[in-house]
Amino acid sequence: MRQSSVLLVGLAIAGVVAPLSGLYPLFLMKCLAFALFAAAFNFFTGYVGLLSIGHAAFFGMGAYVTGHAAKIWGFPTELALATSLGAGAVLGLVIGGMAIRRQGIYFAMITLAMAQMIYFFCVQAPFTGAEDGLQRIPRGTLLGVFDLGNDMALYGVVLVLALAAVWALQRIMEAPFGHVLLAIRDNEARAISLGYDVKSYKLAAFVLSAAVAGLAGGLKALTLGLASLPDVHWTQSGAVILMCLLGGLGTPLGPIIGAILVVTLEGKLASMGAVQIGPLAIDFSTKVPIVIGLIFMCCVLLFRKGIVGEFIAAVERQSAQRRNGRPA
Amino acid sequence: MLDRNASALALDSATAAARADTVLEARGLKKEFHGFVAVAGVDLSVRRGSIHALIGPNGAGKTTVFNLLTRFIAPTAGRINFEGEDITSELPAALARRGIVRSFQISAIFPHLSVHENIRIALQQRIVSPLRFWGGGEAVSKLEPRTSDVLEQFELENVAHLRAGELAYGQKRTLELATTVATDPKLMLLDEPTQGLGHEDVDRITDLIKRVAAGRTVLMVEHNMRMVARIADRISVLRRGEKIAEGSYDEVSVDPQVVEAYLGSRARRREQTP
Repeated sequence: MRQSSVLLVGLAIAGVVAPLSGLYPLFLMKCLAFALFAAAFNFFTGYVGLLSIGHAAFFGMGAYVTGHAAKIWGFPTELALATSLGAGAVLGLVIGGMAIRRQGIYFAMITLAMAQMIYFFCVQAPFTGAEDGLQRIPRGTLLGVFDLGNDMALYGVVLVLALAAVWALQRIMEAPFGHVLLAIRDNEARAISLGYDVKSYKLAAFVLSAAVAGLAGGLKALTLGLASLPDVHWTQSGAVILMCLLGGLGTPLGPIIGAILVVTLEGKLASMGAVQIGPLAIDFSTKVPIVIGLIFMCCVLLFRKGIVGEFIAAVERQSAQRRNGRPA
Repeated sequence: MLDRNASALALDSATAAARADTVLEARGLKKEFHGFVAVAGVDLSVRRGSIHALIGPNGAGKTTVFNLLTRFIAPTAGRINFEGEDITSELPAALARRGIVRSFQISAIFPHLSVHENIRIALQQRIVSPLRFWGGGEAVSKLEPRTSDVLEQFELENVAHLRAGELAYGQKRTLELATTVATDPKLMLLDEPTQGLGHEDVDRITDLIKRVAAGRTVLMVEHNMRMVARIADRISVLRRGEKIAEGSYDEVSVDPQVVEAYLGSRARRREQTP
């Protein structure tokens, strides 16, 4: 059985069980949107090996475009979501087209700079609602029949779309195209010398990643009924990097787990309020970045490959030891 | 008048024949790095079907010439022709698709892919494209027999499932040669294929190169003189970015300039280490 099929079945089961176990659909949908965002980011940075610090641009623009299409233009929900996919792809083509020729830190800086331009554009542009953002985005109906105002109905749609997108990304990695990406990450000069047009491959991967990140933004906007500046802010790009590193960059499941952990943690901390620790009264709801930062430090110092990455490494060590005949 | 025309015609056809015989031709190849001349106007022509070796002391510019010929770096001046077409300004990947495939000094493999996948990546280049990101698995699975052939030809079947990074060094170099041959190149450029190998491996790789060179053209940079003497048809000697001699091993090895270039540097080294 293909890894993508295993991933799809596993996530589908988890996705069906989760709301039945009493978790709020709204919280789950937020998890799904960010999990998809992280999976999209991972598809590029994890498999191509170039760090993008600009993915918030695609996520945020996806959210704005979906919000605007649904609220102002009155697009049906399906079409509004499709526009987020398209917006991500177009923006990805523009930003990627400029950045993809660069390596390492230069690539990262160009994506950051371009994303900042998009951010300031969103601050100024009339259609984003500036500081207020786009609020009360209508959820509409599915195929004009099912009312998505019901949380469970929308959850079903979000789950199916997110799973389909995660599966598609994984499926692409298992196709010859994905093998070429891995080969390029492994040894770019050799890939060139075998005749691969590596820049085009990287750009194609970047556009795919940006499109899915846009869709994730669209799902988030529809779920929370809100598209606002924090979605395009660079801290959102930072958050998705953290999610992937925490869960395991370059693994199919890691980013999803990382995203769920970070979203859960943010929710828990925000609802914690002030906690008395000895003489100190700490209001955790305002200290989210500090806690997340500390976790990030631990992650980098203690388990660099992330949760899933370390797990895979441990399993590989075990099997290598068994192969060499040494006791585990 | 008629006579002169006829002789001009004869001359033309003679040069045309020589051209058809030449796969790769470089004229006045030059590369400067911030004022340092690494390659100073090298002329090189590689005959079809031959094994042509590029030798010279350290720092002679051999690898730079290689990088210039495969366009991994751009020449400051000079022209490169491949099968009569000017390829001076083409991109490295496009050159590879024309059939000029190179290897690298440090073994060029994909360490995290399996040996089998390494070969398949080399084979599937013609099938996949950056726009065909969906599917294509069926087309690539048709390459399976060819992949097995290559694995067998290079005696890599037993390690096919291993990650290439786990192979012994000699096997890595074998795999590199295998992926280069798998693309079915017209011209193979091998950058020090026996570097860092033990005696047995040198002999094995030498035999392999000799075998796969049948029906192809090989240009290689090589330090191992025994190996060069054994398989090279023609040798060009570089020194400080210039070509100082060219010919068969027997011709080149008695060339006073070549002797001086090699022994001279050895003599100097002796002076430095009393």
